[in-house]
Amino acid sequence: MVAFLRFLINGISLGSVYAIIALGYTMVYGIAKMLNFAHGDVIMVGAYIAFCAMAYLSLPPILAVLLAMVACTALGIVIEGLAYRPLRQAASLAVLITAIGVSYFLQNAALLIWGANPKSFPSVFSVGAIRLFEGELVISSETILTIISNIVIMIGLTLFTGRTKLGKAMRAVSEDKGAAELMGINVNRTISLTFAIGSALAAVAGVLLCSTYPILMPTTGSMPGIKAFTAAVFGGIGSIPGAMIGGILLGVIEILGKAYISTELGDALVFAVLIIVLLFKPAGLLGRPVREKV
Amino acid sequence: MKLKKSTVNAIISYAIVIAAFLICQWMIATKNMPRTLKGQMIPICVYIVMAVSLNLVVGISGELSLGHAGFMSIGAFSGAIASTYFLNALGLESAIVRLVLSILVGGAFAGVFGVLIGIPVLRLRGDYLAIVTLAFGEIIRNVVNCLYFSVDGMRLHVSFNNPNLPGSIIVNGPAGSKGIKAISTLPVGFVLILFTLFVVLNLVNSRSGRAIMASRDNRIAAEAMGINVTKYKMMAFVTSAVLAGMAGALYGLNFSTFTAAKFKFDTSILVLVFVVLGGIGNIWGSIIAAALLTVLPELLRAFADYRMLIYAIVLILVMLATNNPIIRSLFNGLIRRNRADQAKAGKGGDAQ
Repeated sequence: MVAFLRFLINGISLGSVYAIIALGYTMVYGIAKMLNFAHGDVIMVGAYIAFCAMAYLSLPPILAVLLAMVACTALGIVIEGLAYRPLRQAASLAVLITAIGVSYFLQNAALLIWGANPKSFPSVFSVGAIRLFEGELVISSETILTIISNIVIMIGLTLFTGRTKLGKAMRAVSEDKGAAELMGINVNRTISLTFAIGSALAAVAGVLLCSTYPILMPTTGSMPGIKAFTAAVFGGIGSIPGAMIGGILLGVIEILGKAYISTELGDALVFAVLIIVLLFKPAGLLGRPVREKV
Repeated sequence: MKLKKSTVNAIISYAIVIAAFLICQWMIATKNMPRTLKGQMIPICVYIVMAVSLNLVVGISGELSLGHAGFMSIGAFSGAIASTYFLNALGLESAIVRLVLSILVGGAFAGVFGVLIGIPVLRLRGDYLAIVTLAFGEIIRNVVNCLYFSVDGMRLHVSFNNPNLPGSIIVNGPAGSKGIKAISTLPVGFVLILFTLFVVLNLVNSRSGRAIMASRDNRIAAEAMGINVTKYKMMAFVTSAVLAGMAGALYGLNFSTFTAAKFKFDTSILVLVFVVLGGIGNIWGSIIAAALLTVLPELLRAFADYRMLIYAIVLILVMLATNNPIIRSLFNGLIRRNRADQAKAGKGGDAQ
């Protein structure tokens, strides 16, 4: 029972990281209707920047995270402006391939700058762990931090998209670009803003991911990126609560599957569940089904 | 006798492939071919077949597939197992016969999985379909990583997550295939390209091909015309899977050892890049893009560490340039003028 609880909590922690990454995917998809495959690599860049800030500049972790967020925000805006904006009218496959090009670029740039050797990520948050059941169940500070950050980000984003003018503009653009433009919304700036928020979240996710799994390499971001994308689809792509639920469920399934079924097949299990869910709910758990009109 | 235009085009295509093969053979015979390129010849054949077969799904059938490497993986492993089994258990000595049989086995297995995967996948649309193909690709890779095969006399042993099998091991879980005789040859690679072209061109120019393209252009209209959309999409998907499996077998038998990690998501993406850069739905575009982009990283070797970075930049710039409205209109203008010249040269053309 205690073991099960431990796996469950680890799963929620991993799932929270997926959820934060998935938020970036889902917001960008909702607004720009593109699969941003470079998102996973922005996570890796964020983690590297936080790592350098802590290891070489010996900044305190909070400042390091803030620095990573600022750098990733800038990176997100630059990527969007240089690579994706010229393709706004192009076929979706062209944008997809460009995103893959950006992903290769970031991975190889990181390889050149930081080398292929894995870096060991330092602990960001060093408050003692919580011990329950006479020390049998240890919840590490990273786990708590991850789950709390996830809740804070979720509440913040819901308030932002629901209450603020910019958030409303974002929802309007994702609903109908043309109509939004007619209402005086600056579509390009709104899309840039979405990329900026998504990339800032990616930086947070990168730091959280690497403080739980402290191995940092140029390819660190790609697998969590794919899984977070899966999580976004699982929850219904374009939906913010969907990304959250999808991410957490995916993390829990992965950890429980690895613990109880097969270590090697943990990933396969995640994808199998995704397939089954999509067969019964083709638009994901919380996605709105799109009616086809003649 | 007047041949149909599509037949003439197909014959020209076969002729170009055969000419390319003869040039390659001549270059190898006269030792004019650089060593790095010589080693790349069979992978080039493999990726051409992969790209053309993926183009059938992405371009002709209009569904984005992100798991094409999964079929390649199935083909490679079943081909490698078949080849070793034919040699060890059945005593089939002739390498060429074994290679051809193994390629057929690889294609057959990939086809079976194509049907199994196609049934759920083709119920979905658009990006959801894409993510499910991605999921299947990853599942295949994960499962193959846990499989162990060995041959003991006439018997083939399989186990899941248990490396202790009797006889000699062929597939060793995460360590991949083991002790396979590398029997792939360039002529067989070119024959496979010809076969692929034959299948794809005939399919595209047939009644079924037109039904597939009609389903792509407008699903509802196609259904209204009485086309069974799922059946035709399935036809394209399974054909593509079979061809990818054959390419996979050729690829696997080019090495004495390979692992399932070779066929991960990146490989599917690589092939997709060939298809998109070559022009979606354009068969010759896929062939040229696959050949050039397989060689490109080798050509960029002079840039040493920077080559993949340059590859990425080239990829982004090509996508930006081909989708730039100014460059596009320039190209379209050229094509239109060309067509106008051809029309003038013809005998007035058909009544429109």
